[in-house]
Amino acid sequence: MNQITNEGFILAMSAIGAGLAVISGIGPGIGQGIAAGYGASAVGRNPGARGEVVSTMLLGQAVAETTGLYGLVIALILLFANPLIGKL
Amino acid sequence: MGNEVDFMIKGYYKLTLFGNEVYVTTTHVCTLIVVLLLLVVGSIVNRKMKKAKDIPDTVQNVAEMYVEMLDNIVAENMGKTWLKYANYILTIFLFILICNISGVLGLRPPTADYGLTLTLALITFVVIQFNAFKHMGVLGYAKSLTQPIPILFPINIISEFATPLSLSLRLFGNIMSGTVMMGLYYGLLPKLITIGIPVFLHVYLDLFAGAIQTYVFCMLSMVFIQDKISE
Repeated sequence: MNQITNEGFILAMSAIGAGLAVISGIGPGIGQGIAAGYGASAVGRNPGARGEVVSTMLLGQAVAETTGLYGLVIALILLFANPLIGKL
Repeated sequence: MGNEVDFMIKGYYKLTLFGNEVYVTTTHVCTLIVVLLLLVVGSIVNRKMKKAKDIPDTVQNVAEMYVEMLDNIVAENMGKTWLKYANYILTIFLFILICNISGVLGLRPPTADYGLTLTLALITFVVIQFNAFKHMGVLGYAKSLTQPIPILFPINIISEFATPLSLSLRLFGNIMSGTVMMGLYYGLLPKLITIGIPVFLHVYLDLFAGAIQTYVFCMLSMVFIQDKISE
């Protein structure tokens, strides 16, 4: 165990943290799926309102997507602009 | 193995400005190309529209289609005074759209740099706050921040400042994830697979996601502005 340097340990843990951060993609996936499902059923019941339903659905999906993107941004920061290395 | 994974921003030229080192990066070059493209298209369309005919030719047709389509979207969302904001929305729509789909043209999309998306979101933030002060007055705006109960005042302030943050992070995250995916695909897979097959990935990650995110950015800008001017 003595061969592990401090930088190496921080890099390895950052990689694990980045992997954990991307798990946040589960939530937006479920949310977008639910929104798309209800959108499809709304278009099925009222095909005339297709344009409005689709634009409302896309807007809701985009808002739901934000939380997943926060996880992605944190993963990107950990991988490419690691702030923890400078703390040594 | 293929070549190196390559999707980061690179500095091309070093400048010294007020004692700080400033780099001319990929983002600057790509933004410049996009702006020049838009200027050329704009001047061509301008020249064509000066002698507009009753029976439109190709350029006039496309320009009228674009303006009519976006005018309809803005008019649907912004109520009576929509014409004032149509200029702004149409401009950022075209700029973000060309930026997002410039990955197809071989550029690194400028919107995959947080500096650019934050700037765009801050412009929207200024428009939102200006309209809030203009339509509600200083006292009315302060009162609207204490709705529904006064204890929520700090949380309302935070949510005002969270608007540009979430707007910019949404655009940046989506386009950056597409850029990372394309960089990994080109960098890590054998050269043979990178012929022909990435077309489908480009269609999904650059064209489809780029167009959707452009629409969403403009739509959310309109919703936030409308939220302030309707009260």
